[in-house]
Amino acid sequence: MNNATEIRDATESSDPIIKFDKVVKRFGDHVVLDELDFEVQRGEKVTIIGPSGSGKSTVLRVLMTLEPINDGVVYVGGEPLWHQRRGDELIPAGEPHLREMRSHMGMVFQQFNLFPHMTVLRNLTEAPVQVLGINKAEAKKRGMELLEMVGLTDQADKYPHQLSGGQQQRVGIARALAMRPKVMLFDEPTSALDPELVGEVLNVIRSLADEHDLTMLLVTHEMHFARQVSDRICFFDQGRIKEQGKPEDIFTAPKEERTKAFLKAVLDPDD
Amino acid sequence: MFFGIEWDTSSQWAFAVSIFPILLHGLVITLEATVVGFFIALALGLVLAALKSAPTRFIRWPAKLLTEFIRDTPLLIQLFFLFYVLPEFGLTLPAFLTGALALGVQYSAYTSEVYRGGLEAVASGQREAARALNLAPARTFTHIILPQAIPRIIPALGNYLVSIMKDVPVLGVVTVLEMLGVARIIGDRTGGYLIPLTMVGGIYLILTIIASLGVRYLDTHLPKRGLSLK
Ligand SMILES: Nc1ncnc2c1ncn2[C@@H]1O[C@H](COP(=O)(O)OP(=O)(O)OP(=O)(O)O)[C@@H](O)[C@H]1O
Ligand SMILES: [Mg+2]
Repeated sequence: MNNATEIRDATESSDPIIKFDKVVKRFGDHVVLDELDFEVQRGEKVTIIGPSGSGKSTVLRVLMTLEPINDGVVYVGGEPLWHQRRGDELIPAGEPHLREMRSHMGMVFQQFNLFPHMTVLRNLTEAPVQVLGINKAEAKKRGMELLEMVGLTDQADKYPHQLSGGQQQRVGIARALAMRPKVMLFDEPTSALDPELVGEVLNVIRSLADEHDLTMLLVTHEMHFARQVSDRICFFDQGRIKEQGKPEDIFTAPKEERTKAFLKAVLDPDD
Repeated sequence: MFFGIEWDTSSQWAFAVSIFPILLHGLVITLEATVVGFFIALALGLVLAALKSAPTRFIRWPAKLLTEFIRDTPLLIQLFFLFYVLPEFGLTLPAFLTGALALGVQYSAYTSEVYRGGLEAVASGQREAARALNLAPARTFTHIILPQAIPRIIPALGNYLVSIMKDVPVLGVVTVLEMLGVARIIGDRTGGYLIPLTMVGGIYLILTIIASLGVRYLDTHLPKRGLSLK
């Protein structure tokens, strides 16, 4: 295959925006992603569910380039993420390539990870100004728009610790969006929240799910919500996709025993 | 007579009052040695901290070994090395500088750990968030990590400033005329040690209390969450 066709292929929208090709991730002897094959289409909203330790977070962290892989290839927008091309070969990626690839992704963390010494607005403008080179006034304007979107315009000058957990996570979402990513990664965005604050965060994510172009990859234990917003549910088990399909199929008629057992445990934990 | 100042031995009070300005001369040397030693410790500690977190172990290990060596040996050894050994290699420094340098070297081992501890105490999620936002490593360090580390680092450094001040009398052995040495000489010449030594103890006590209050003030008033950026 010559380069020209490769590049045309990469930009064609029918290709998956994310593709894991036999990806292996190990921590020592512990295999966390076991020759994982996984694809996400452009604009698709995919929810990853599965037991603790099955590798859900690792998939997102690999995509965000927070965790390198041991084998296989990850593609984002047709370009290898952890490799770069040299002729026909793939060699390990250098930092400039990783920087370039990273700009396509935004991540929302379970623990929010807001910058505690920066005001809410500064949290939203720091990276756009420093990384994208947007001027301060423009970045602030855009930051305020994002705050409006997540319903927090009145909190712009406060510091994160002055906000509730739910508000902090909404800022976390706005901060990721400020970099205009094509793919949003959510790693259990509501798991650290008091139950009464979960809804406000899910509402923001739900409104994002309506955006046609945005690809979303969500790890959550909120099964009801996952069912509403996802195009596809992937059930992970031991570093592989054990079962995947439309939400109604997975939730009402799972085929695999492991999936049934998992769903039974999370949906009616009192049994 | 000392530093051109006469003492008055007519009464204990008069003696105390008359030697006070002489002790202040010594105090100035003590404070100078403290400050110079402290700044050397701050700078050298930074270098050591950087070396200890270098990407290759061929730099990390020697730096760690050096830190351990400095920490596990008495200050006097560093001092003797600088004062007696360096001249054997043709490098002779003035006594004061030698002393300040010895203090700086000794305390750089501690300050380097303070820096490292302060930086490592910043939650790993902060680095990950910065990376996810594609902030450059240098920007991440200066604007995300450092502002959060400084409030932990400064009070700890303040404590070492006090320790350095209390270690200055050791420099007396290489002829630096710091305050305690001055007091001893006054005692030697007048035969009365009780008053000058007690006064030095008192002055140290006052300085230490002031410094400790300063450190405590910093500790409670520096924002725990980091130096704020609007
Ligand atoms: N830095 C690390 N060092 C060693 N082991 C790790 C590390 N990070 C993750 N692991 C291990 O990798 C496995 C998969 O972790 P991962 O965080 O992807 O699981 P998860 O599916 O997100 O689980 P959870 O629902 O608990 O968040 C776990 O067994 C975890 O202990
Ligand atoms: Mg996880």
